[in-house]
Amino acid sequence: MTNPAKPYGLLAEFKDAPALCEAIRRTRAEGYRQIEAYTPFPVEAVEEALELPQTRFPLVVLTGGIIGGICGYLLQFWVATIAYPLNVGGRPYHSWPMFLPITFEMTVLGAALSAVFGMLALNGLPMPYHPLFNVERFGLASRSRFFLSVQSRDPKFDLEPTRAFLASLEPRRVLEVPA
Amino acid sequence: MTSELQQHEAADDVPGEIGVLAPGHTYGTVTDKISSIVLRRGVQRGWLFGFSVALMGFLLLQGALGATIYFGLGLWGINAPVGWGLAIVNFVWWVGIGHAGTLISAVLLLLHQDWRTSINRFAEAMTLFAVANAGLFPVLHLGRIWVFYWLFPYPNTMAIWPQFRSPLMWDVFAVSTYATVSFLFWFVGLIPDLATLRDRSQSKVGQFFYGALAMGWRGSATHWYRYRTAYLLLAGLATPLVVSVHTIVGLDFASSIIPGWHSTIFPPYFVAGAIYSGFAMVVTLCIPLRWAYGLEDFITMKHLDNMAKVILATGLIVGYGYGMEVFFGWYSANEYEKYLVLNRAIGPYWPFYWALIVCNVLTPIALWFPQVRRNIPLLFVISIIVNIGMWLERFVIVVTSLHRDYLPSSWGMYVPTKVDWSLYIGTLGFFLSLLFLFIRILPVISIFEMRELVAKTSEEEAAHGHAPEPTA
Repeated sequence: MTNPAKPYGLLAEFKDAPALCEAIRRTRAEGYRQIEAYTPFPVEAVEEALELPQTRFPLVVLTGGIIGGICGYLLQFWVATIAYPLNVGGRPYHSWPMFLPITFEMTVLGAALSAVFGMLALNGLPMPYHPLFNVERFGLASRSRFFLSVQSRDPKFDLEPTRAFLASLEPRRVLEVPA
Repeated sequence: MTSELQQHEAADDVPGEIGVLAPGHTYGTVTDKISSIVLRRGVQRGWLFGFSVALMGFLLLQGALGATIYFGLGLWGINAPVGWGLAIVNFVWWVGIGHAGTLISAVLLLLHQDWRTSINRFAEAMTLFAVANAGLFPVLHLGRIWVFYWLFPYPNTMAIWPQFRSPLMWDVFAVSTYATVSFLFWFVGLIPDLATLRDRSQSKVGQFFYGALAMGWRGSATHWYRYRTAYLLLAGLATPLVVSVHTIVGLDFASSIIPGWHSTIFPPYFVAGAIYSGFAMVVTLCIPLRWAYGLEDFITMKHLDNMAKVILATGLIVGYGYGMEVFFGWYSANEYEKYLVLNRAIGPYWPFYWALIVCNVLTPIALWFPQVRRNIPLLFVISIIVNIGMWLERFVIVVTSLHRDYLPSSWGMYVPTKVDWSLYIGTLGFFLSLLFLFIRILPVISIFEMRELVAKTSEEEAAHGHAPEPTA
């Protein structure tokens, strides 16, 4: 089914975020769905224009924090009451207030690790190769330019008409991304 | 009335008013300016000189470390009754300095303080290196550094486990968690900038190095969305963490029964002291940095002014802490507590106590004056005095409390040895060596956040350019 000569998609370059947002809106209105924007810094308006679904990512962090906290507490409980009970001045083995600082630290550690590794995993990073890196001008996405890509896997994608459509959005350039 | 308001508005708009970013910058100029510090070829003489000096300190550290590990702690000045000497003083001092980075990055991010943007990356790196130095001291203080892993709970053939009721054990978890989370926060902040450097770098080595670390970051909107969420969540997590770390260090002292340590004020007073010394260290390092690399456009007078205000505020809290220590000595009606307060002020270590009061309570008074906060050389000197003062504070807390035990028969004096001092100076060298390397190979200012700041300031300017809202 896949045509070997088929490119990854097309890339349109814009000079600022409002121009990109407007282009995204018009591209979506045209019926394209496999589109993505690339910006040199996070822009909320772009995310809104793309109508990105609400991410479940915070749940990952919450779960990581809860697991960290529970493990931290259980470890101390098990050590202090079962594995190595020490009678310190007749105080109870399960002296829970003393276990809270480490439980807190482990909660934060679990949540922070899942925040970072969860973010990387959901973003599919590390990804050493990506077709976009073949386009030399795409290097400007990490400097000053804003890009919109329409991918060839979009059912509506057809190289020449899509190129003409993107050109009608008044971008700086329209570039082809080889597969 | 209206004319008065207009005058105020006009005063706000005076061109050349110092903001968090000098006017005239675009996405391209901030990117090029900051990345050029890293991407230029070769090294400059100034950098080489500074790095060499710092490296000598690092060599000193290696010598002192080797001697301590080979011959043992007998090389240090510690003995009964002062078992916590310079090692603990330096530990607390370095951990304290390590607080500013995360505080600037996390707390000021959550409070929407735009001025954090140009100093957060640098302060985070400073935090990491300070915490690395801090961690060294308690581990050395164990005496047998090669079994330091006994601190961690792991199943072992000795069938023993750590004592989780001890604040020293809490410290192990607090400091290691803090180091880990600070590193993650710093690295996550770096990812988009590493991608920028990958795309700007002209050399194969640079492209490979930054490319590998950037992990294929493309700046896609979906990625940014999760990235933003992760960064905010990390900031939210780091905020209570930063408070907990020095609280637990404070509890190391407060949960003992030593006069002068057994006090409920220790945790908050330690946290304030940590922020105080951390900001002072950021100022100490920022001033030469902005001068050497011409970063005056990004680290403006506004930043220095704001940091000076933080130093002033936390200095007042610290001063209050000293006052309360004296008050407790009297109010406790406990002869040992009372004796301790007097011993600090007029005992054998009196010069340290009074030097500490001069450095930490009297010197920051100058920061009430805007002229002082805007005088760069003066601010630089004050920040160094504060750092010295905070070191003295820890010395006074650790040594004066221990050297006069309850029974006069167990009294003693503590004098640090050459090895003690070498370790301290050595960690300063290690700290500076790491900073020099950091400045050379990684962007000292968060580039993508500066671009964000450019977008924000240009929006604000555009809004100002239009007819102002009539005052209703």
